Amino acid sequence: MSELPVIQTRGLTKYFGRKCAVDGLNLEVPRGCVFAFLGRNGSGKTTTIRMLMGLVPPTHGSGTILGHDIRALTPEVRARIGYLTEEHQLYGWMNVRESGEFQSKFFPKWNAKIYHSVVGHFALKPDAKVKDLSRGERAGLCLALTLAPEPELLMLDDPGLGLDPVARRALIESMIYLTRKSDRTIFFSSHHLSDVERVADYIAVFDRSVLRAACPLGTFQECVRQFRLRFAGTPPALPKINGLLQAIRTEGELRVTCVHANRETENTLRSLLPLEMETLPLGLEDAFINYLGERGEKTFILSEMEAKQ
Amino acid sequence: MATVFNINTGSHTPIYAQITHQARHAVLTGRLKVGDQLPSVRALAEELVVNPNTVARAYAELSREGLLESRAGRGVFITQKRKVFSRAEGWRRLEPQLHALIGEAMTLDFTPEELREAFEEQLGKWKKTKGGE
Repeated sequence: MSELPVIQTRGLTKYFGRKCAVDGLNLEVPRGCVFAFLGRNGSGKTTTIRMLMGLVPPTHGSGTILGHDIRALTPEVRARIGYLTEEHQLYGWMNVRESGEFQSKFFPKWNAKIYHSVVGHFALKPDAKVKDLSRGERAGLCLALTLAPEPELLMLDDPGLGLDPVARRALIESMIYLTRKSDRTIFFSSHHLSDVERVADYIAVFDRSVLRAACPLGTFQECVRQFRLRFAGTPPALPKINGLLQAIRTEGELRVTCVHANRETENTLRSLLPLEMETLPLGLEDAFINYLGERGEKTFILSEMEAKQ
Repeated sequence: MATVFNINTGSHTPIYAQITHQARHAVLTGRLKVGDQLPSVRALAEELVVNPNTVARAYAELSREGLLESRAGRGVFITQKRKVFSRAEGWRRLEPQLHALIGEAMTLDFTPEELREAFEEQLGKWKKTKGGE
């Protein structure tokens, strides 16, 4: 990809007092992709997004968003970014139509058609008071307000939080609709891996302040594999395996999950002389849980993106 | 025509592979026939609510296999299925399923003889529907 990344960080780090929230983050988000930012609660996702938006100064390291230094973002640059936060800011006394009219005043480019179609997609009535909206309806309204200015870059901080399945599906549909414009980038954090599986081109996995994977979604799914080995009695001790994430021993069975398994990995496992050995691909959710489980090695990062450049 | 596809998230089969598997299956069973049109990448992505690049990847793979053909300005069509896998590759793909089938049959206490019979019977039915090929 020759084009400049939409987001690029080098060693981006944030301490709150002595607590490290984000540790040496190197991240690149290519233009025009849907990029999912994953990690457990408190792993540093929101802090990262806030740093990228210039709302929290980094302790050290650097970053750019749309090519501009995140330490000195001007209102003009911010206007090109649609930022949806976990806590939606709305005025309860306005109705849906008034909310749109009010917001439109702040943006020179306001696409009322988009606003109405998102509002319609979430089945919101124009004269409904904001304070009477359900959680999902509020999310729909916020999304409409964020999308109508047609931002080049969307930063969605956990947009699916607290939404019911129907509202989440509407959200995902809206995101897919947005990819009609090929140069638009969507960066979102989420815990809903089934949604991520549907929409994401790339994923980044954040774990306890550290980035542990950044690659195409498919690569992540392909790289994490589970081997099941059956034994007559108690399984033998496991030799050293590169990329080991998790090994679970039960009576007569050894389950080994690892990344970047290759012929060598298979040979090592076969040398344990199991009665039977099978390889299983893992679903995204299982792969993610294994990847972030407590037992695994924590030292590698999957990065096919860097290799491609 | 698009009812051929049914996407499950949370499966260990990635979404693009679900699309390719289901398309191949639909062609094999005759639900999709040579000359049938498939939705565009964009239309199928919006219908299935998946990333268009995922659909594009599936279509690209099916095109490489000779199952699909993209005709400029007209859309995506099912073409004559050409033989694309070597025999060895075919076996490699088939074996896990045979393995699973036999395992399941043994767990359910079927004898090898019963299994053979059932196999013959199904093959007979298959030949009939395919016009005795």
